[in-house]
Amino acid sequence: MNAANYLYVSALLFTIGAVGVVVRRNAIVVFMCVELMLNAANLAFVTFARINGSIDGQIMAFFTMVVAACEVVVGLAIIVTIYRSRRSASVDDASLLKR
Amino acid sequence: MQINNGLVYLIALPLAGAIILLLAGRLADKWGHIFATLMSASSFAVGLLQLSQMLARPAEERAVEQKLFEWISVGSFQVDAGLLLDQLSICFVLLITGVGTLIHIYSISYMSHDKDRRRFFAYLNLFIAAMLLLVLGNSFLNLYVGWEGVGLASYLLIGFWNQKPAYATASKKAFIMNRVGDMGLSFAIMIAFASLGTVSFSGVKEAVPQASTASLTAIGIMLLVAAVGKSAQFPLQAWLGDAMAGPTPVSALIHAATMVTAGVYLITRSNFIFDAAPTAQLLVVIVGAITLLFGAIIGTAKDDIKKALAASTMSQIGYMILGAGLGPVGYAFAIMHLITHGFFKAGMFLGAGSVMHGMDDEVNMRKYGNLRKFMPITFVTFGLGYLAILGVPPFAGFYSKDMIIETAFNAGGIKGILLGSAALLGAGLTAFYMTRVMILTFTGTPRWDEKADPHESPILMWLPMVILAIGSVTSGFLLSRGDALVHWLEPLFAEHGEHEELLKPIVVTSLALLMVAIGVAIAFLKYSRSEVSRTAPEDVSILTKIVRRDLLQDDFNEALFMRPGQALTSTLVKTDEIVIDGAVRGIGSAALSSAGALRASQTGFVRSYAALILIGAVALVAAIWVVTK
Repeated sequence: MNAANYLYVSALLFTIGAVGVVVRRNAIVVFMCVELMLNAANLAFVTFARINGSIDGQIMAFFTMVVAACEVVVGLAIIVTIYRSRRSASVDDASLLKR
Repeated sequence: MQINNGLVYLIALPLAGAIILLLAGRLADKWGHIFATLMSASSFAVGLLQLSQMLARPAEERAVEQKLFEWISVGSFQVDAGLLLDQLSICFVLLITGVGTLIHIYSISYMSHDKDRRRFFAYLNLFIAAMLLLVLGNSFLNLYVGWEGVGLASYLLIGFWNQKPAYATASKKAFIMNRVGDMGLSFAIMIAFASLGTVSFSGVKEAVPQASTASLTAIGIMLLVAAVGKSAQFPLQAWLGDAMAGPTPVSALIHAATMVTAGVYLITRSNFIFDAAPTAQLLVVIVGAITLLFGAIIGTAKDDIKKALAASTMSQIGYMILGAGLGPVGYAFAIMHLITHGFFKAGMFLGAGSVMHGMDDEVNMRKYGNLRKFMPITFVTFGLGYLAILGVPPFAGFYSKDMIIETAFNAGGIKGILLGSAALLGAGLTAFYMTRVMILTFTGTPRWDEKADPHESPILMWLPMVILAIGSVTSGFLLSRGDALVHWLEPLFAEHGEHEELLKPIVVTSLALLMVAIGVAIAFLKYSRSEVSRTAPEDVSILTKIVRRDLLQDDFNEALFMRPGQALTSTLVKTDEIVIDGAVRGIGSAALSSAGALRASQTGFVRSYAALILIGAVALVAAIWVVTK
């Protein structure tokens, strides 16, 4: 199978994720979209590792997973805390910094 | 040159007096005046001791030096703080400490009602110390320290009653106008160092023959500027009249007998420079001749007794400067007139103080009259000073002033005739205004205010006046007997050849006496035969009005210096406000408004930030793609 197809999938996933981050209001959904973008990047890494016959891209993918796991922990904690205090998980409501 | 380590005591004693009195404060109120007088008197005693030692030595070994400490030592520039006592300085030392001590004694009584008498005496001692440093310094730089010191003492004493704003202004005026002269002195020192490489009197004297005429002329002119400022000569003369705001003993000591003659000392001390710079010397005589007439003319219209005497001082110092500008032949006569003037003018000022003492501090002569009946001692001592300043033989002024007039005539050519005529005319004017002072004050009918209570002053006041009057009578005769002073000072000055005489001495003397007689006669006709009004008449000619305004000296200074100066400063202030402040404030407000505009872009919406990041990232990638393709 042509390796370029994996890159198309990766680009598609990334675009879906990016659009989701920009257009959705629910913090959880935005969060999932961020995860989608990370995974799209991972897919691209692995694909390039395969194409170039090098192991560097695969190692990079592991790093990305670790970072993503950490991010999930911190991010979810923040979202939950905001939800508790404001009874809302909308990212538009959390705009106190503008003044 | 001989070393004498006793010179420092001349200065140290009055300086210690000043420091102790200023530091002790109110603790010294009870004994401060006596202490200060003792300090001044002991300095006088040291001076007499030095004189007796000096007389014991042969003429060429009379000068003594004392090195105090190494003052400035930078590369090839070496200045020691050192003192020099020679035939010229000893005259000044004795005049300063002698007249100074008499005035200290006078002030004990004159200032007895003033709560700040101690401070007054501290300043007087400070002045004596500074003036002695001025005449004892062995280099121009040491002289400069004393020069500034007397300026400070003069400022403090003119403004002694600074609770009156006019008096405080007068002291500032004196100080500022003196600064102009002081700048001249500092320039002279700088030029001397730059072109001659030394600033000590002996060093400069040795360097003069090799120096260029241009630099010597520059030094000479700058020294003249200094002398003009300190000695209230034209065109820096305007401060002296206002300086009469100070207590009368101050006017007698500082603004008649000693400090204002420092310019004459400076020129005489720098004789080797002026002898080698004819242009500067010519300027000196011009300044002297102008001032002696200027002062005399102002004196004719003054109703304030102290200001009349101040104008007279200005005029008499003009004579001295004229004498000093005539070269080696005139220096000794300038110093002789300086000494005799020190006696008679200090005596007359003290007399004026005595009159004011009895007249409730009234200074307007139009409110005096007939005081000779009430103040006989003051009348007699003032009268002797009057005869001395007129130059009536055998009083002191006759010997000194006559010699200057004669020397001026002998200066040669048209210059001699002009200078001699100016000096003669000045003698006539002097006779007129001094006779006017005498008539208005001591004769005629009383025109007193109700509060006036004319009475003779206490002994502490009249005793110094009597001693100074004796000096006014005898000093001229004693100093000129066998040319005593001329021979005494001879080693200091260059040799001078015999001048051809334009007029015989007897002719000059007769002419001078004739001018004096005319001046006295006019004054008698004008003031003695008719009643003097208590207020100055208003229906007078424009010339009188100009003279009353001191020949427009203040208007001139205001128009030429003060107003342009004010315009300049206000322009600078405006520039500062508009340009400098404007730039600073503009930067501030520009930052503020642009920040306000930029703030609008910060919405606080997470999604818009995310979109911006996305757009940015896409743009970045696109840019890289375009560039690398």
